[in-house]
Amino acid sequence: MLSVSINVVYFMLSLALLFAFIRLTRGPSLPDRVVALELITSIVVGYVGVHAIETGVASLLDVAIVIALTAFLAAIGFARFVERGGVKDE
Amino acid sequence: MSELLVSFLLILGAAFMVLASIGVLRLPDLPTRMHATTKAGALGAMLIMASAAFHFGDSTVAARAIAIVVFIFLTAPIAAHVIGRAGYFTGIELWEGTVKDELRERYDTHLHTLESGLENQDKPDGSSKESDRIDS
Repeated sequence: MLSVSINVVYFMLSLALLFAFIRLTRGPSLPDRVVALELITSIVVGYVGVHAIETGVASLLDVAIVIALTAFLAAIGFARFVERGGVKDE
Repeated sequence: MSELLVSFLLILGAAFMVLASIGVLRLPDLPTRMHATTKAGALGAMLIMASAAFHFGDSTVAARAIAIVVFIFLTAPIAAHVIGRAGYFTGIELWEGTVKDELRERYDTHLHTLESGLENQDKPDGSSKESDRIDS
């Protein structure tokens, strides 16, 4: 029961990752790409959680904490870069 | 019972993440895309962490999972606000079906001051908005 649903969840998360990656490559401006990157890191946090459940290694949740922290700092850094006038897309 | 609950939470979280990614792929401009990702994506990650907490059934693991949930709950709105603000000030183009953008006509993006729209109310003509703007 749980292994079947874990496989289904892996498939759904991969689909979500594919959609977010399409937006990342196609996004017309830099903030669109930053939003897609933030969604991708959120999906990767989900992957790590599912992998921790599948393997039974609870220490993988620390990896999820670090990934979430890195995503937040990257979002703040990108936003400051955009607002200070980095790449002008318009 | 616990296995059923864990499976339900996992599939629900993954479904929210698929919804968020469909939204970020299909919606037309930056604010609507952020509307999809910041709420549904964060909720998906939170549900998957909750299922991990229920699966291990240990208090230390549950405390770690709750820490991740609280962290996402605190940081996702801040990151969305900062990116949306930066995107708005750099002049992203909104969807052509946008009905109302009240900030565009009231906000000075160079001085970062906001007009209330009541500055010229006690004047007899009261029409020109740019005549006496309050500079901070």
